Amino acid sequence: MTLGMSLGVALVGLEGHLVTIDVDIADGLPGYTLLGLPDTALTESRDRVRSALVNCLQNWPNRKVTVSLSPAWLPKSGPNFDLPIAIALLAAQQSIPSEHTVDTLFLGELALDGRIRAVRGVLPSLIAAYKAGITTAVVPQANYLEAQLMSEMTIIPMTNLNELLHWLKTGQRDEVQGLDVVIDIGDELFDFSDLAGQQRARTAAEVSAVGGHHLLLIGPPGAGKTMIAQRFPGILPPLSRNESLEVTAIHSIAGGFSVRSPLSSSAPFIAPHHTATRVAMVGGGSHHIRPGACSLAHRGVLFIDEAPECGVGVLDSLRQPLESGSITIARSVGSIAYPAQFLLILAANPCPCGKFSGRGRNCTCSSQQVRRYLSKLSGPLMDRIDLRVEVEALSRVEMMQPELGEGSSTIRARVIAARAVASARFRFDPWSLNSEIPSRALRTSYQPERAAMNFLHNELDQEHISARGLHKVMRTAWSVADLAGHLIPSVEDTKIAYSLREGIGL
Amino acid sequence: MATKHDPEKTNTSIGLFGERVIAQFLRSNGAKILDRNWRIKDGEIDIVARHDSGTIAFVEVKTRSSLAFGHPLESISSEKSQRLQRLALGWLAAHHCLGVDYQIDCAAVLLGKPGEHTIEYRANVL
Repeated sequence: MTLGMSLGVALVGLEGHLVTIDVDIADGLPGYTLLGLPDTALTESRDRVRSALVNCLQNWPNRKVTVSLSPAWLPKSGPNFDLPIAIALLAAQQSIPSEHTVDTLFLGELALDGRIRAVRGVLPSLIAAYKAGITTAVVPQANYLEAQLMSEMTIIPMTNLNELLHWLKTGQRDEVQGLDVVIDIGDELFDFSDLAGQQRARTAAEVSAVGGHHLLLIGPPGAGKTMIAQRFPGILPPLSRNESLEVTAIHSIAGGFSVRSPLSSSAPFIAPHHTATRVAMVGGGSHHIRPGACSLAHRGVLFIDEAPECGVGVLDSLRQPLESGSITIARSVGSIAYPAQFLLILAANPCPCGKFSGRGRNCTCSSQQVRRYLSKLSGPLMDRIDLRVEVEALSRVEMMQPELGEGSSTIRARVIAARAVASARFRFDPWSLNSEIPSRALRTSYQPERAAMNFLHNELDQEHISARGLHKVMRTAWSVADLAGHLIPSVEDTKIAYSLREGIGL
Repeated sequence: MATKHDPEKTNTSIGLFGERVIAQFLRSNGAKILDRNWRIKDGEIDIVARHDSGTIAFVEVKTRSSLAFGHPLESISSEKSQRLQRLALGWLAAHHCLGVDYQIDCAAVLLGKPGEHTIEYRANVL
């Protein structure tokens, strides 16, 4: 028989498709044809596979080799087909028994000397294979940690082709010490106790973490806006296993530039610079559609410092993912949806020079500049932000205090408890966070107590607040109540929520 | 005074040796050699033979003394194979037998130690 087959996975966004690699070695002039819509990196696999095989003392067939990747209509990309192509070739030459090659997934890029190199998107590939009924996978050693998250499958890490061939021929391999899959809680480098004073901002961060409310911090340079944002993941509840898998899958697709450990259960914190383009923010690319910052921040925090300095339309491109929790990117190669449920934290100076706060004595900006600066944050975007707080410059009293502020772990414990209350309340509802309560439910089943509603309706009558703003305050009030241990938001809770929305009159 | 080249070592003689070997091989397989080294402006056909099935085979022979530069048949590019097609039709036209069954075969002769060689014969490759 001069036919061989093996299995690989083609990724389209986060979704993987099982790909069958068939190799036929026919009589004829030496040649190599690769079928099935390969991209450049995949077409180049021919030379990598050939060198790797020859350098591992395997025979390269000097005949007409046809490699077919099916389904043929699916565009395939990337070097992760090197390994399955090599295996199918060897199976076609009867160099290895075919028992393993038909039900094992192979992933890996080949170096010219036969080493197996790390590839992107291992976790989503494994998930796709598992859904298709494959239970064994050979992965590059360098991707072992990530692959082990898929604990339902037998994962075989390999460092080079010779080692793999030895296993395929004899069934023997060096027993790899199974790394313990300990979801690493993440020893947070940043702790809230570092932050002096700033009680209002602390409250806002805590409320925001409880209800998943987006947050805008406005204050002069050096007041601690960035400090607060950086410490935010430390007070979010740790990710569940499934959430952690989702996050790792996205980061895996994005490639190896992420410092995040694949096993980390701490919420991701993504802080793109304000010069980021729209594509960097939401994802894109012409050949290979990559996730952008808002997808990398899925289940975590997207922090944009100096938000008014962002390019035109960059912030507004976040409106749709903020609304739907996912982003669909359409390009000529196809359209791909990435999840993007993130908590948005914006930080801004009050004016271009940054000093227009307090009495604003040192501010050198004209009044028009001051007005124009924050209005760069568009109305529709601001509508989606529940909490706006001013972070004042620290006073000497606050700076003089010798004792540290409350630590992240204490705050996190309260956040977890409050979220538990909320999810118990929403157990029959399709949402789980206070910020997700739909308006209709707010008007029927999730109203604060009567006195609180009277207070809000008075504010509405005096046009201090819009109808939409009223709903935002009600949602925030639920988070405040959950923290305070109230069954239903009281007048006090509602007033706190109202004060956290005010800040600068936007 | 320069010593004379060993005739067995020149490329031309290696090529001619390979063609002889293949002609011998074809004959021993029941084929009849119709023509050798048929040459026109466009190029040359090494061997024209009639297989016992009646099909006319145009044979391109590649001979190498080592594998250092790859497999002999790898050197047949797509351009070269198109030329073989043209030459085959040219031969048929010149001999007034256009329309008969024909095929293009490629043969590789790999020289080993003196007196030893291996043959690879690929029938109907284009």
